[in-house]
Amino acid sequence: MSAIREAVSDSWVITGRNLRKIRRVPDLLVFTILSPIMFVLLFAYVFGNAIGSQDTGVDYQEFLIAGIFAQTVVFGATFTGYSLAEDLQKGIIDRFRSLPMSPSSVVVGRTVSDIGINVISLAVMALTGLVVGWRIRSSVLEAIGGFLLLLAFSFAISWIMASVGLLVRAPEVVNNASFIVIFPLTFIANTFVSISNLPGPLATFANWNPVSSVTQAARELFGNTDPRAPAPDVWSLQHPVLYTLIWVGIILTVFVPLSIRLYQRAASR
Amino acid sequence: MPPAIRAERLVKKYGEVTALDGLDLEVEEGTVMGLLGPNGAGKTTTVRVLTTLLEPDSGHAEVAGVDVLRRPQELRRRIGVSGQYAAVDEHLTGLENLVMVGRLYHLGAAASRARARELLEQFDLTAAADRQVKGYSGGMRRRLDLAGALVARPPVLFLDEPTTGLDPRGRVGMWDVIEDLVRGGTTLLLTTQYLEEADRLADRIVVIDHGRVIALGTADELKSHVGGERIEIVLHDAAQLATAREQAVGLGIGESTADERDRRLTIPVDGGSDDLVELLHRLGRAGVGISEAGLRRPTLDDVFLALTGHVAAEAETVDDEDGAA
Repeated sequence: MSAIREAVSDSWVITGRNLRKIRRVPDLLVFTILSPIMFVLLFAYVFGNAIGSQDTGVDYQEFLIAGIFAQTVVFGATFTGYSLAEDLQKGIIDRFRSLPMSPSSVVVGRTVSDIGINVISLAVMALTGLVVGWRIRSSVLEAIGGFLLLLAFSFAISWIMASVGLLVRAPEVVNNASFIVIFPLTFIANTFVSISNLPGPLATFANWNPVSSVTQAARELFGNTDPRAPAPDVWSLQHPVLYTLIWVGIILTVFVPLSIRLYQRAASR
Repeated sequence: MPPAIRAERLVKKYGEVTALDGLDLEVEEGTVMGLLGPNGAGKTTTVRVLTTLLEPDSGHAEVAGVDVLRRPQELRRRIGVSGQYAAVDEHLTGLENLVMVGRLYHLGAAASRARARELLEQFDLTAAADRQVKGYSGGMRRRLDLAGALVARPPVLFLDEPTTGLDPRGRVGMWDVIEDLVRGGTTLLLTTQYLEEADRLADRIVVIDHGRVIALGTADELKSHVGGERIEIVLHDAAQLATAREQAVGLGIGESTADERDRRLTIPVDGGSDDLVELLHRLGRAGVGISEAGLRRPTLDDVFLALTGHVAAEAETVDDEDGAA
């Protein structure tokens, strides 16, 4: 019993340590606050005017906000891997591993504090979205559900990135490598365009891409969909909340134990 | 009383490279053991194994009465570690770093804070307590890291090259701190490639090379093991070193060694000042210009050279110069 209490307390200490950094490292502040604002504005005004309302049924501004949310929280998750690799490189993990702390707490603390970072990013994006004309057209509870689902999804991706960071150990490599995967993952989806506009194989990929389902789920929960333009008739997008949660469950089942094992093995030099 | 640290037949291989090759080690409670060896001898690997950071391929180790491999978590409550690279968080202040470590030892928030203040005071960091560590000097970071190792008042302490990379003043400051510490009865395993450091701080010394113990004893025992005294001659001109070496043939009790950069010739002898006078005569006749000459007891450098056939570290000569400056 006290082992669990210690694990919670240790994770909390690590979370606090990570969150302090947000205030003290300017790059991080830019990453957390300014780049989401920039994304909303760029997509809303550049793409929004160029693409116009395709057969998305609703105003494009409203259509793409959920997509930007999804993309930003997924990118936010790369920070988990980056930070763990950096901690390994700087030797602080050696200190942690020599302490009688719970072996899971460094990685748990990291992923939890990255939820915090994503909460800040989402809040900033939501406010910017409201300024450019996005509206929530559902109930408060549904909207909260939408945000929670986005956070749950990014939490799962964080655990994948934790494993990557602990394996790769070089922060820059973690960033570059994950961008190569995440860009296609967030673009071959319904984030910025309607899947019906994508050619065959890409459409199939997009239909089953969990980034599409979390985006679709968020759109529905924010009330940003139009019954005249229904989601593609595939199970994943007809049941986007459930499909997203299944992904979250599978990812956590695999990557939580894997990351903790990798952490324990990660002799940093 | 059982030894505070006992390692038996530790083996650790990295692919083809054997870092530890059946290393044995015993450290009595309340004493300082110096683990001396060149870069790559296995010093850091030994510390990492004994502090649960690395699992050996085989062997057995007990620290503070706890089996290192079987009960790592229990062991971590009883040891402190400070490494070659200061393991502190740059973006936290000195105080925050130590409070964090205290909380991770589960001392509780208030006790962690009190202990952190105490250590900052002890290590002369109170003025910098609320500044982020990224603004600290190398010596300050090292002191903070050492303070981190002491948060839980561990009975056994491991210091891996605590003064590597510090300037001479920082090094002497660190030695004072360590001496204070062991006066309080802490058992200390200290690794170093500086013979001077082992000489000054350690009660006993083990010399390791290629992952094996090659000598063990007090500094004096090791020195007398090598035997005799050393004649040291510094020439005006390094070009005459070869001539000087020829003249010294038949005089000493072993091979002479020449150091081109310092224009220095060292000859092990057992005839004391008679040998020195004889050598000076011979060099005078051969027309070798001498700027310094003297007789001295063997140092740990000589011990190391005699045992391993090479000097302790390239850095050593550089630091000698710093020390003399």
